[in-house]
Amino acid sequence: MAVIRDVMPAFDLFQPSSIADAQKLLQQHGADAWVMAGGLDSFDWLKDRIKRPKVLVDLSGIEELKGVRATSDGIEIGAMTTLTEVVNNPLVKQHYGLLAQGAELAASPQIRNQGTLGGNVTQDARCWYYRAGWPCYRAGGNICYADTPEGRNREHAILHADRCVAVNPSDSAPALIALDAKFVLRTPKGERIVDAENYFIGPEIDITRLHILQPGDLLTSIRIPSAWAGAKFYFEKVRDRNVWDFPLLNVASAMFVSNGSIERMRIAVNGAAARPLRLKAVEDAVRGKPANAATGEMAGKLAVQGAVPLQFNAYKIPLMRNLVKRAIGGVEEPTWAS
Amino acid sequence: MGFLEWATSPWGQRVPIHIAWFLIWVAAIAGLLFLMVHASYVRYFAKRKEFAGSNSPLLAARIPEHVPRHSLTARLFHWIMAAAMFTLLFTAFLPKVGVQFDWVTYHWIAGSVLTVSILFHIIHASFFMDFWSIWPDSIDLRDAARRIRRFLGKPAPPPDRFAKYPLENKLYHGAIIAAGLSAIVTGVFMMFRVRTIFFPRNPYLFGDMTWGMMYVLHGLAGVGLIALIMVHVYFGLRPEKRPITKSMIFGSMSRDFYLQEHDPTRWPVETPSSSPKNSEGAEPEGLTDAG
Repeated sequence: MAVIRDVMPAFDLFQPSSIADAQKLLQQHGADAWVMAGGLDSFDWLKDRIKRPKVLVDLSGIEELKGVRATSDGIEIGAMTTLTEVVNNPLVKQHYGLLAQGAELAASPQIRNQGTLGGNVTQDARCWYYRAGWPCYRAGGNICYADTPEGRNREHAILHADRCVAVNPSDSAPALIALDAKFVLRTPKGERIVDAENYFIGPEIDITRLHILQPGDLLTSIRIPSAWAGAKFYFEKVRDRNVWDFPLLNVASAMFVSNGSIERMRIAVNGAAARPLRLKAVEDAVRGKPANAATGEMAGKLAVQGAVPLQFNAYKIPLMRNLVKRAIGGVEEPTWAS
Repeated sequence: MGFLEWATSPWGQRVPIHIAWFLIWVAAIAGLLFLMVHASYVRYFAKRKEFAGSNSPLLAARIPEHVPRHSLTARLFHWIMAAAMFTLLFTAFLPKVGVQFDWVTYHWIAGSVLTVSILFHIIHASFFMDFWSIWPDSIDLRDAARRIRRFLGKPAPPPDRFAKYPLENKLYHGAIIAAGLSAIVTGVFMMFRVRTIFFPRNPYLFGDMTWGMMYVLHGLAGVGLIALIMVHVYFGLRPEKRPITKSMIFGSMSRDFYLQEHDPTRWPVETPSSSPKNSEGAEPEGLTDAG
């Protein structure tokens, strides 16, 4: 079992002041390097001696990675922009309130002051078996301790589990998917821009990572196009306590409604699988339908198709169904007719 | 740098979890080196094959133009097994060298196909084919000793022609049995750790140490199969072996190749006009092995 220790283990600390320098260091040290953004995920791993990097590259000194900028088609947010800055930014609040809502519900005010958007989307799984240092699949081993009859899996996956049942804990990720954001990466082969939903990967692709970043890669910024600016947004996060907690489930949606009908919509949930799930089938099914409770019910049922509960997380299925329903039909409908 | 990856279980036990993945490259390089050394040897140093005795013209005249070697059933088994094996190797090792895709489902499906086909082969070979034709016999061992002595320049009579399978084939088959069965048996148990359509998931079937050893054995068999399959494909493509490869496609080999390489007394061929009653007892006949 892991024991949190006060003293940092020894490693070489690098604090580059530019993206180019950071890239050089990351390429030079490859898999030996640990990239640190706000440090909130990193410090647990390092102090617990579960992850033992030889080199730590601290990105906090790179000004290029910070701030929110208006672009010709939306905004660009530096990966090292803190969640508090994202929440308080007028552009974000005015046009992309969905992201502001998601970011504001992450963790606690102190953590949001330190935690970054890049860190929030790139953070590792919270499965305690994994974080305790047990040799599970995600840690390179050959078992999932959570997916056993006695495993504590109340917070774990109901969809797309593949050996590992850990979930992605990010609150900003589903909002960024719903806003059709693009993630800008610097890789040894050059700049790469990926859709938000493709930044995240499940265990069937790589069981040891929640995202596509390889050693040497760096997430530099997140671009949000104007296509969904000013849409009708909905973000809801369900957690065990109302502050400083990871989501059991969250939902984010952006919807354009015309004459009561849904013109177009993007919706994503997180906490249900190892990656935030864009609900494409739901988006297609609700197009042209009235934005009401009946459509929401239909969408909710569609969203949980294929869900497989573990021993202690069956509650997530009706929870997800209801969150999707509320994202579409609103929260005024108190009953579930099924 | 160890050959195995180890971890500490929740109970503080040091357990193996799988092989070190660099062994993939060790197997691939070993296979490649073998091919290069063998190809160079054949090209620059090998002497022409010599066999003891010669076939009588009477016997040669009685051999059909196309000598049946592999039945349709045997050929179908071989190619189904080959497809399953390639799928297994690619789905197992490509993700380990950086090609990422959803491999687990394809892997256990291919493993299931291989398992069923191997079970079929065991029954087919045991009860419907000449079971012993693929196992080394005393003549193989005697001839192997002769060939080694001649290779080393020492005096020895030339070896006999081969039975249906040369000794190298038989030894290769033995290696494939060892690696294949190890991979299959461990793989079947490992399917208890993932969700399949066959049985409920049960990660507690064995203790951590037993599971670890199972993963290690599966991995070792897997990397062994990389080298073995490379060698198999190489020999299948070599010009002097093509008649054998073609027989695995079309079912038969030419009379010339048969008489040149094989001993009709050790691998008798059924001729259209022959039967046990009119064989005059000169040559054993009527044994058509479709293996």
